[in-house]
Amino acid sequence: MRKNPLVVLFLIFLVAITAAFFIYPKSFGAKFMPWRLGLDLIGGSHLVYSVDLSQVSGGERDSVLNGLRDVIERRVNLFGVSEPQVFIAKSAGQDQLIVELAGITDVAQAIKEIGATPLLDFREVEVSGSSTEFIRTNLTGRYITGAQLTFDPNTQAPQVSISFSDDGGKIFEMMTEKNVGKPLAIFLDNQLIEMPTVQEKISGGQAVITGRFTLDDAKKLVERFNAGALPAPVTLISQQTVSPTLGSDSLKKAALAGIVGTLLVMVFMIAYYRMFGVYAAFALLIYILLTLAAFKLIPITLTLAGLAGFILTIGMAVDANILIFERMKEEIKKGLSRTTAIEEGFRRAWPSIRDSNTSTIITAIILYYFTSSFVKGFALTLLIGVLISMFSAITTTRLFLHIFVRDKKIPVTTSPKS
Amino acid sequence: MLNIIGHKNIFLGISAVLITVAVVAVVLFGFRQGIDFAGGTLWQFRIANNAPATDDVESFFTSNLNTNEAFVTYDPANNSFIARLPAVSEADHQKLLGALKGKYASFDEAGFQSIGPSVGNELRKKAVIAIILVIIGISLYVAFAFRKVFQPVSSWTYGFITLLTLFHDVAIPAGMLALLGHYAQIEIDGNFVVALLVVMGFSVHDTIVVFDRIRENLLLDRGKTAFAELVNLSVNQTMARSINTSLTLILVLLAIYFAGPPSLHYFVLTLLVGVTTGIYSSIFVASPLLVLWQGRKK
Repeated sequence: MRKNPLVVLFLIFLVAITAAFFIYPKSFGAKFMPWRLGLDLIGGSHLVYSVDLSQVSGGERDSVLNGLRDVIERRVNLFGVSEPQVFIAKSAGQDQLIVELAGITDVAQAIKEIGATPLLDFREVEVSGSSTEFIRTNLTGRYITGAQLTFDPNTQAPQVSISFSDDGGKIFEMMTEKNVGKPLAIFLDNQLIEMPTVQEKISGGQAVITGRFTLDDAKKLVERFNAGALPAPVTLISQQTVSPTLGSDSLKKAALAGIVGTLLVMVFMIAYYRMFGVYAAFALLIYILLTLAAFKLIPITLTLAGLAGFILTIGMAVDANILIFERMKEEIKKGLSRTTAIEEGFRRAWPSIRDSNTSTIITAIILYYFTSSFVKGFALTLLIGVLISMFSAITTTRLFLHIFVRDKKIPVTTSPKS
Repeated sequence: MLNIIGHKNIFLGISAVLITVAVVAVVLFGFRQGIDFAGGTLWQFRIANNAPATDDVESFFTSNLNTNEAFVTYDPANNSFIARLPAVSEADHQKLLGALKGKYASFDEAGFQSIGPSVGNELRKKAVIAIILVIIGISLYVAFAFRKVFQPVSSWTYGFITLLTLFHDVAIPAGMLALLGHYAQIEIDGNFVVALLVVMGFSVHDTIVVFDRIRENLLLDRGKTAFAELVNLSVNQTMARSINTSLTLILVLLAIYFAGPPSLHYFVLTLLVGVTTGIYSSIFVASPLLVLWQGRKK
């Protein structure tokens, strides 16, 4: 690096310019790899459902949860949302399902559709005198693999034929065997829809729900069963919806704040440190380009909090420069030549730079691992920003100074090293 | 050179008053907890034409939701209303939405956030864990930074005073939010906790820069100069960098505060107050405390 600083500087510029094209949200940058923006910036809905697993035995919870996620994912895909996110989370000992729908316009409809996914279960019937008791069984919608619209050969009424998985088929077989001559109730969303009497043991894993469906109802039900019935009931416990207008408004304002903040920092650095400040301003620009490119490459979903964290790092990235320049000033006051003072300034400022960033890094890491999604975005950009700035502020500024600063007079030959 | 140590009683007095006010405010008023801690609903909407009075909108919610816990604020710059309500179910949300659209023709929903109380409890727990971990992490870091003992001040004294200034820098913005909560209905949310944790990080490294210089000077000086004088010299030597490193941060914070989105307002305000307090404490509190501590021992 010392041998040919001009080449290194040229390379850094080249990388920075490539980064600039890469992060520009239009033309080249957009085609290659679009920005990933959070719901709070493009608009969308963040829904948290609690999952009721009280009817599921301990060992099966994971498979039920995964099944639930798959079902809801398929369901959500029907809305035509781009890149819907559905994931399971555990919070306060409670199983949750989180659904993120970006850029959706009709959230109400989406919530309805997710909730409307049929919850099917078969119940045994116990008649004692005039009262009828329904006993829940473990045969539920999670064992359904497919459904078909059929018609009753006698009445031509629409019916829904369902197929069970192998396990489901066996349970169904056992249950019908046990209940020959007795009625078996079919519940949909906790509503009794049909109570046929079992004529004989049914094997093969097929069942028909006759109900009193209209053609439309039956069709919808088939569609939903094919997307999958919910293996466990869910309740919406929290929702966060941001309209696309509010999102883009936030994005514009955050971007403006970032630009204004950058300019203020640059003006301050140049006003206070003159020529050195100009180098720091360039280094800051390179820092911004590199960091944004890194966000896009990793890739990080940029949220409003993430942007805030990044803008903060713009104010912190010049810290290293300030520490170095202040130290250089002292060295020059001591009578060192400018070039020697620069070397000394870098050497002596390094421990302070490392130390001063350490506490921020500690905070960012803890925030990332122990908090909610909002804070995670902030912590991540803060962490990446601080790490990149330690490199960029030092390396690029050092190169600039190395290349452009020459001793005015004959340099002092004896440089007292302490 | 500024004689900071000579006037230490004035500076420490100012801090003592501010801290007392802050602690009293926090103890007396507590914080007004936002929906992400306490559960509830935050509904943001615009009514472009003939914007109604906030009282009208408020009474709409109180009568429709059968509650007196409805607060509505209006931001004329964006033509937007923000309603703070108890938790609203999706069914009620749709009902209210229909009613509002019927009542105000230009009603436009911008954001709706409803959080159940269990989610809030969980976040509160996580926030407390994060705060404890950051304090532990920073204390370990401080212990590490001051692991080498230099006379006449023992290393744990540096560490202890660093933590005292940390408390100082966190208490003042926290007190401000408690006052704002009491007098202006401003709520604290998860962001507030994040802001305080970030302030902790800054506070510590600002103080460490000054203390590092004191130790360096102590080593070079070998007891020729009086301790108070040496501390004063060190503070003056590091003052420019203490102020400038925080000032650049304050510049970007001001940019976010004035140009940025309103949802970041109080997050940024907490940071602004915390970072400004941090500058003050690293120059006018930490070093005077060190001298005071030293004086008591002799």
